[in-house]
Amino acid sequence: MKPSAFRYALPSTLRDAIDIRARFEDSVILAGGQSLIPTMNFRLANPEVVIDLRKLDELNYVRVADGVVRIGAMARQRVVEQNDEVAAANPLIRETLLNVAHPVIRNRGTVGGSLAHADPSAELPTLLTTMRGAITVCGPSGRRTIAAEDFFEFIFTTAMEPDELLVEAAIPALEPGEGWAFAEFARRHGDYSVAGVAVTLKLGADRRIDRVRLGACGIATTPALLTECERFLTGKSPSPELFAEAGTLARDAVTVSDDSATSKVYRQHVLAGLVARNLTTAMTRTDGA
Amino acid sequence: MSTRQFGARVQRNEDDRLIRGKGRYVDDIPLEGALHGVFARSNVAHAKITRLDVSRAAALPGVLKVYTHEDLGSLDMKMPLLIPHPCITHGRTQYPLARDEVFYVGQAIAFVVAVDRYVAEDAALLIDVEYETLPVEIDLRRAAEPGAPLVHADVPGNIAANLVQESGDVASAFAKADHITSITVHCERSTAAPMECLATAARWDEVSGELTVWDGTQAPIGLRGALASLFDLDEHAVRVIAPDVGGGFGPKIHFPYANEVLVPLAAREFGRPVKWIEDRSENFVHMTHERLQIHDIELAATRDGIVLGLRDRFLHDTGAFIPYGIAVAQVASCQIAGPYRIPNILVEFSCVYTPTVPVTPYRGCGRPQANFAIERAMDQLADELGLDRFEIRRRNFIQPEEFPYTRPNLIFADGLPVTHDSGEYEQALRALMDALDVDAFKADQQAALEQGRYLGLGLSFYVEGTGLGPYEGGHVRVHPITGKVFVNTGLTTQGQGHATVFAQIVSDQLGVAVEDVIVVEGDTGVYDWGVGTFASRAAVVSGSAVHKAAVLARKQLIDAAANMLEANPDDIELSDGRAFVAGSGVDGVTLAEIATASNPLRYAFNKAAERATQFAPAARSDGPPLAEGAHPGIEATDYYAPPHATWAYGVHGAIVEVDPMTYGIKIHRYVCVHDCGNMINPMIVEGQIAGGVAQGMGGAFYEKLEYDEDGALRNASFMDFLIPYATEIPHVEMIHQETPSPLNPLGIKGVGEAGTIPVAQVIASAIEDALRPLEIAPIRKVPLSPSLLHSYVTEAGLRK
Ligand SMILES: Cc1cc2nc3c(=O)[nH]c(=O)nc-3n(C[C@H](O)[C@H](O)[C@H](O)COP(=O)(O)OP(=O)(O)OC[C@H]3O[C@@H](n4cnc5c(N)ncnc54)[C@H](O)[C@@H]3O)c2cc1C
Repeated sequence: MKPSAFRYALPSTLRDAIDIRARFEDSVILAGGQSLIPTMNFRLANPEVVIDLRKLDELNYVRVADGVVRIGAMARQRVVEQNDEVAAANPLIRETLLNVAHPVIRNRGTVGGSLAHADPSAELPTLLTTMRGAITVCGPSGRRTIAAEDFFEFIFTTAMEPDELLVEAAIPALEPGEGWAFAEFARRHGDYSVAGVAVTLKLGADRRIDRVRLGACGIATTPALLTECERFLTGKSPSPELFAEAGTLARDAVTVSDDSATSKVYRQHVLAGLVARNLTTAMTRTDGA
Repeated sequence: MSTRQFGARVQRNEDDRLIRGKGRYVDDIPLEGALHGVFARSNVAHAKITRLDVSRAAALPGVLKVYTHEDLGSLDMKMPLLIPHPCITHGRTQYPLARDEVFYVGQAIAFVVAVDRYVAEDAALLIDVEYETLPVEIDLRRAAEPGAPLVHADVPGNIAANLVQESGDVASAFAKADHITSITVHCERSTAAPMECLATAARWDEVSGELTVWDGTQAPIGLRGALASLFDLDEHAVRVIAPDVGGGFGPKIHFPYANEVLVPLAAREFGRPVKWIEDRSENFVHMTHERLQIHDIELAATRDGIVLGLRDRFLHDTGAFIPYGIAVAQVASCQIAGPYRIPNILVEFSCVYTPTVPVTPYRGCGRPQANFAIERAMDQLADELGLDRFEIRRRNFIQPEEFPYTRPNLIFADGLPVTHDSGEYEQALRALMDALDVDAFKADQQAALEQGRYLGLGLSFYVEGTGLGPYEGGHVRVHPITGKVFVNTGLTTQGQGHATVFAQIVSDQLGVAVEDVIVVEGDTGVYDWGVGTFASRAAVVSGSAVHKAAVLARKQLIDAAANMLEANPDDIELSDGRAFVAGSGVDGVTLAEIATASNPLRYAFNKAAERATQFAPAARSDGPPLAEGAHPGIEATDYYAPPHATWAYGVHGAIVEVDPMTYGIKIHRYVCVHDCGNMINPMIVEGQIAGGVAQGMGGAFYEKLEYDEDGALRNASFMDFLIPYATEIPHVEMIHQETPSPLNPLGIKGVGEAGTIPVAQVIASAIEDALRPLEIAPIRKVPLSPSLLHSYVTEAGLRK
């Protein structure tokens, strides 16, 4: 479990990082290393050059302004989780992060690393997708911003070009009175989950559902938006029956097949339960609930 | 008089060092200029090797040599079958490096020696191997059926060994019975997953001619014997040291692994130290496994639930080889009747070869499987007879006045018939019922059900034959300079607390502080009589030996002190590191002074030594400085050989809740009532139990090595093979019961494996109880994943 030989680059500016990346086709970006290093130790990845971003202070920030939480790619997951300003603007972020691995891993793991890694079982890609967030990348030809829904294309595959780096994630703040919930079920504390569900819920003046966002991890080849459930719920009066029905409707979103530890029907069962349960939780957190 | 240390919650002597990261494991041994080894391993389960070309690997800069079996000379031989038994009709063991055939994924084919581990791994990937694959059968049941592909062409039916044991007359018991219950249970293959994987480092000393091997083994003395034999050396020229070892749990009692042969060999060839540190990926496919057994068990009972007879036929998966003999299966077969009287037992097992990693004991050693079989069957019997689960157990217990209770002809791992020496089984069961408040629970369960919540109670009663022989030794010596006491055994320690419990035993005899007793083990250069650490035997066997040696040393101290103080030995007391005349109010002499004075000296190398030199008044005597038959200093060695195993036991119970949304299990309470005889240190006992329960939880919920049908191990990493985290382990409430064993001077029984044994059954019975309203089929298998529980409930729904 030792990596094969590689060259190591430690750029101090984003510009340099992009240049090095452009020069070496067979290079990888090292952020927190929590996914990359095991892959290299298993020799599943044998890059010629490793570009370590840890000196890039310009990518290490968290800002809340104009109703948007902006997180630099190199911000550590733990730092974001513990940021009270972030939690005040959008409490779903903290609740989601608490489900990512264990504290020691979040101490090293970065937000950018998790998004670039694009594991459909991971929580952060689902958070971004559910929130209709945006991801900014930067390459030799400059910056561009991609909607989260378009960013995640397949397992470990994103809309980034090989010469681009992920630089920022932007997540809208919740509106006043908007409820939220993230919960998942994993066999062990901190593991990737059987399924996880993110919800936001806003009621209108008529107490009907004005806006609902619903997304799930662990059930498909990308973070899954449960748009059918969203459509179904919008405009209806919340009730336990309604939430249960939404759960049932969500089952079809599961596209991963049986694996040795988890059957598809079981995953569907958990997803349905989580959808209903998280809607209920979000509901209790709405204004005047 | 100082207080008795035996039985006290003494802080552990080893913790300061281990917790501060000052432990020294094999990889921490500084060996300048060490070379590093890496094995190339088979990635197919069963095949003929048609081509093996190491030239590209050998040519890589930094590589010193790539060994294949052709380079091994006289070492190219089958490794020993460590525990022969007449029933092993087809014993097969492996060569250090595969010859022309491989038998499991992970089998060592070549050994690369290079300047560092990185280069060695690069080189291993350059080895060219071609295989002609052979058909395999991974499923244990099918592997034992006629016509299954053979693991060894010359072993018909894949049967390595078959043993039938009958105690009593089973046929008549079954003929007489009112009721017969039969079930089949299945436990999965697992791995001990110690934090430190296997590790070997070796150095040949050109000057002394000595081979020193540092090895993460549980059996340094045995390994020393094997190495001396293999390399044809005098035993004094081989020194095996097990330094700190990061967990053993059984697989490290097995030897010699290929690394234990190849590392010394390379060290000799290159005249440089060589190191091989197993990584986790290798550990999964190299270090031995355990647990896969399928039991078909039948109970013959009266209407009242008295079990008259037991018949158990089981298949034991031994992997591709059987280097440790039938130990696991035999131990399982001897615990099959549990704490119950059951006078008629027929137990038969077959050890079946499958093309997988070889199997040797892992904490529990067959007992978890046997416990699962008998306790599942008792639950089923209770169900069928309409009896309460606690009551049926109570009716069958061996009673206190029946001890010693022998099961004639059921021969245990020590070659002797199973004889339960002592116990208060019913009292333990009662303690559990009280702790769980069983009647109150039934009401809670009903109330919860009305709210759609599923609560269940499970229990399991286990017995454990512990403290196996043949013997161990203890060596005690008082250091003349410091007065500290130096203690040695033939064991190794993997963190269990030997340095504390043996110190407590010695402390009581010699009147020294526990922290002034230095226990050194696992080094054949220091002490080399004994066997090793396994079978929950350290406290029982070595503890007794150390005690006996300490009693002898005590007598020497008292006699010498009496002489120095010109007093009657009967009046001498030992306390606080001194000997003095009881009640005299005089300081007396220190242990250092006694030890110094007991060693006639020529040179006064320190102040105290002056008193022992030839012209000092105290040393003057008429005869020779050492009387005939006397030895210098305060030093004693003694041995303890148990007449037979001593039987610990206990009963665990749990209250669990199954979440019908996730099928996640919450353990509301977990209670352990146990009896390991007199406890040397209850805190250490509790640590052993808690650790054992954690490993048991692994077996109950997670641990299953998944071989695919081609024989590849699909989950050979901690990402895919799950073991419980601390967050998954409930608080374990412990109730101690102490029934001294009559077999040894301290009344001790073993506790190292106890915690692991009953957990699978506790969980299975609790979940079954919780989901009874959903009419799920009885649980017959572990591990129990939420997905599996979901399928049980779905199937029950479909049946309705
Ligand atoms: C035991 C364990 C449990 C875990 N459990 C979970 C879990 O439950 N949920 C979960 O979501 N994750 C889990 N993880 C993964 C963890 O969250 C990682 O931190 C995360 O996936 C990657 O973040 P990182 O900063 O460590 O990235 P790295 O490992 O450094 O990189 C990951 C990948 O992203 C690329 N990359 C990183 N940064 C950039 C960038 N700025 N631009 C372009 N490419 C980039 C890298 O090249 C690499 O391919 C777990 C990890 C471990 C070890």
